[in-house]
Amino acid sequence: MSQINRLNTGARTDSTSRINFTYNGKQMQGVVGDTLASALLANGVNVVGRSFKYSRPRGIVGHGAEEPNAIMQIGSGAATVPNLKATQVELYEGLESASVNGWPNVNFDLMSITGWFGRMMPPGFYYKTFMYPAKLWMTYEHFIRKAAGLGSAPVQDDPDSYDKLNQHCDVLVVGAGPAGLVAAREAARAGARVIIADEQSEFGGSLLASINSIDGQVATSWVDELVAELESFSNVQTLPRSTAFGYYDHNFLGILQRRTDHLGISADSGSRQRLHRVRAKRVILATGAFERPLVFAQNDIPGVMQASSVSTYINRYGVAPGNRMILFTTNDNAYQTAIDWHRAGRAVVAVVDSRSAPSGEIVAVAQEMGIRVIAGSGVIEAQGGKRVRRALVAPLNGDGTEITGVVEKLACDLIACSGGWSPAIHLSSHTGAKPVWDETIIGFKPGQSVQKERSAGACGGTYSLAGCIAEGASAGAEAAKLAGCGDGTVHFPMPQIKEFSEQPAQALFLVPHTKATSRAPSQFVDMQLDVSASGIELAVREGFKSVEHIKRYTAMGFGTDQGKLGNINGMAILANALGQSIEQTGTTIFRPSYSPTTFGAIAGADVGALFDPERYTAVHRWHQEQGAAFEDVGQWKRPWYFPRGGESMQDAVNRECLAVRNSVGILDASTLGKIDIQGPDAAEFITRMYTNSYLKLAPGKCRYGVMLKEDGMIFDDGVCACIGDNHYLMFTTTGGAAGVLAWLELWQQTEWPDLQVYFTSVTDHWTTATITGPNARKVLAKVCDDIELANDAFQFMDWRDGTVAGVAARVFRISFTGELTYEINVPAHYGRHVWEALIAAGEEFDITPYGTESMHVLRAEKGFIIVGQDTDGSMTPADMNMDWVVGKNKTFSFIGKRSLQRSDSVRKNRKQLVGLKTVNGTQVLPEGAQVVFDPEQKIPMSMQGHVTSSYFSSNLGHSIALAVVKGGHGLLGKTVYCPLADGRTIAAEIVSSVFYDPKGERQNVE
Amino acid sequence: MLLIHCPHCREDREEEEYSYSGEAHIVRPLEPEALSDQEWGDYLFFRKNPKGIHHEMWYHAVGCRRYFYATRNTLSYEIIETYKVGEQPQVSAQGAAQ
Repeated sequence: MSQINRLNTGARTDSTSRINFTYNGKQMQGVVGDTLASALLANGVNVVGRSFKYSRPRGIVGHGAEEPNAIMQIGSGAATVPNLKATQVELYEGLESASVNGWPNVNFDLMSITGWFGRMMPPGFYYKTFMYPAKLWMTYEHFIRKAAGLGSAPVQDDPDSYDKLNQHCDVLVVGAGPAGLVAAREAARAGARVIIADEQSEFGGSLLASINSIDGQVATSWVDELVAELESFSNVQTLPRSTAFGYYDHNFLGILQRRTDHLGISADSGSRQRLHRVRAKRVILATGAFERPLVFAQNDIPGVMQASSVSTYINRYGVAPGNRMILFTTNDNAYQTAIDWHRAGRAVVAVVDSRSAPSGEIVAVAQEMGIRVIAGSGVIEAQGGKRVRRALVAPLNGDGTEITGVVEKLACDLIACSGGWSPAIHLSSHTGAKPVWDETIIGFKPGQSVQKERSAGACGGTYSLAGCIAEGASAGAEAAKLAGCGDGTVHFPMPQIKEFSEQPAQALFLVPHTKATSRAPSQFVDMQLDVSASGIELAVREGFKSVEHIKRYTAMGFGTDQGKLGNINGMAILANALGQSIEQTGTTIFRPSYSPTTFGAIAGADVGALFDPERYTAVHRWHQEQGAAFEDVGQWKRPWYFPRGGESMQDAVNRECLAVRNSVGILDASTLGKIDIQGPDAAEFITRMYTNSYLKLAPGKCRYGVMLKEDGMIFDDGVCACIGDNHYLMFTTTGGAAGVLAWLELWQQTEWPDLQVYFTSVTDHWTTATITGPNARKVLAKVCDDIELANDAFQFMDWRDGTVAGVAARVFRISFTGELTYEINVPAHYGRHVWEALIAAGEEFDITPYGTESMHVLRAEKGFIIVGQDTDGSMTPADMNMDWVVGKNKTFSFIGKRSLQRSDSVRKNRKQLVGLKTVNGTQVLPEGAQVVFDPEQKIPMSMQGHVTSSYFSSNLGHSIALAVVKGGHGLLGKTVYCPLADGRTIAAEIVSSVFYDPKGERQNVE
Repeated sequence: MLLIHCPHCREDREEEEYSYSGEAHIVRPLEPEALSDQEWGDYLFFRKNPKGIHHEMWYHAVGCRRYFYATRNTLSYEIIETYKVGEQPQVSAQGAAQ
């Protein structure tokens, strides 16, 4: 295929160059400066996709973000990207492109031949058809996706990298058309730090396709000079290929920069896309306007295009997408397209103007060129299959609502349309500003600014080039001043511009047909989602009145183009059907994103190993060397178990648990939260936070405490030690450390600022080696000679300062296994040294490192709870059988105390902690299993509780479980049942939650 | 994303440095045991949910670790003022303080 539509007039393309690409497997050529869309048009490609519901052939309509039809799959393999608009894809050597819909292909589509599928899908189809029976939804969905779905996401990992940049600036300018460029220049000149971003490959906006002259030079060279000047400022950052996709609170905007997409290079050229997170003091929106299509019968046939897009293809890209054009317009502005077409040497069949007496200067220019103008008429229908063949033109009455005469058939292969312009108010809408209907521009303008922004140029409804430049200059100077730069004076010299004075445009949102809307061939409003004028009217007849409901019912504006072209026509048709004004009907609110944004850019570099920080203890590498399996506990990597010689996890855990009970084990407990608390009121404060009292805790002593939230529910637990006068060390759970610290700060800062107490997180300062088992003392004695270790000298719940393996240490005699235990804390830098010294000292006792799984089993054997596993934020100490930890004589009403007396807290049938012993001791209950009393009960059964912890205990030779059961403390000996998802039901007996050494004698090793 | 002025750091910092801590100016009853279940329940569970001006507490979690108060418009998300614990707002739903 050759470039049959290529001209040598493109201001931004080089018609002598060649770029090879493929489209649906076919080799084609384009030129430097092309988009995929301009190259396809140059090659005479008519059909680029099939419509979503009706599978109608569709062609390229626009030239930018508004394009509804030319949706492409670009590239292949892991780096493939679905659903890009061909109008926004820059051509590069070797580009592979394919239509995303159409089956088996876009030119021969089975769905459109069978036709029935389309008729099955009126507006609200999803609601009407898929509501019942619900079971069939999966079937429908599968069929719809296959028949009409969009592109396919790659199934492999994304090979590209992405990054994010946090940016601050005085003035952010969105859009680099005439208004934006001048605004940026003025703000920069005033000394403001400026960022200017534009979604197109180069700055200039509409001027890139303009044949206007500015100050006697062609518009594009005026742009080049201005851009060069901007780039010379050190306080300006220019971001082409960068879409501001969302405007968020407090002047925070997201900008997606496509850095290498246009090169077609993957992975090896730095980040492919960059997300700029910009906080701007002031924002200037200069986002331009979209031309409004005209809604007439079969206006979706390939060859019906936007008038401004036709001009853009001619002037910017050097492509004339057809031979014989009809221009259908409601305004003076679009006559330029007829002039451009004529100058390109192609035939203008006629200009069809809906206004009865068009009289603008540019109309006269066109007529002088010999162009036929058919006034007071409209194109009421396009005819053709995969390309327009003719237009039906009929005279219209003054307000364009009725056909008043004979229909004329005109042969053509292109119908360029212009229904006026709609300001691109999307970003302004994101801020919450409510769009305002303006009758003079026949469009919605940005509403009252909610953020520190203003619109300049066409997006504010100013359409003349001189007006855009003037507005840009004043907006730039004003924004700089408000950001603290300059005095707001405009310095920009207004250029000389020859513009035609324009006569008023006509509002024409739906072109009448000889048949009623419901009978006429479809008049499309939203091409991508096949929403037609008759569909909107049907929705109104079915009772829908709100624009937001109609939008959802018909799916208007839900496509990847977000209704940039169709929405205003749709709302006007709706208003007409409701018999009210557009103002009364209002508009739907645009929300981010303005255009699709890749997940890759949003994730940035925060993937894989950088997804979340990992925390390692000082002994981590030793664990790795021993082949430990690791478990994530919050951000910590903790050894889970230490398999030896191909052991299974259960085998390793069995061995580790036996070793602890029979000799000695060693656990890396460094991850436990540690908070250093000091101050004259430290004891008073701690006592208010825990359920028990610390007022009389002497230096050298420890106490186990439970912390409640004010609602009386257990929040954290741990040991707190008195280090010295006014000095305490609080241990928290590994996962709860940050929350506990914030909790302490909260009460001290907001409720009791008079209490003098200070908190410091010291979790990472210490390595904690826990040695536990009957031989623990013998191991410690080998590496510590300055602490009296005898059972009565260094008692349970004591701690001592001393030296372990030559390192200053705090040794705590506390126990989470029920065995004689020393928790040895040393400064983290010495952690591994002390750890290895303990391992060496323990060798003769076969000291066994164990992980979190064995720790869990050992504590469960003792019935010790783990907050967050056996509790879930709805458990009181009494529920956990831990009334003993609640101080009864505390004078201060500690946090949560009053709530323990609430009627709900003293309810008899609260879920209470019990032990469960399966009747068959080899069966291990799954954690989370529901407990019922009657397994024969009809479903839904009465749930009585659930299993919170469950293990096989190698020490006991049978499985053990902890559970919370309604009224469980009064049900010892009762048999309960756990029906499982796999159909089995496991019977278990309610027993004491303490399975092992109920009298707690094991730690009293002499 | 909000931009929040920390009255302790005296800097505008990004919302992601902070965590929200609920309604401001809730005073813990001095004698909880003297309250009925209903009165205690009001203190525990019931919070304002105004449309418009609201006083709320924020925690500069990865900054200075200090709690402070903010007067925020829940409709526009505008933060009208931030102030330290112990201070009173200059702006309330009834208007600006004298």
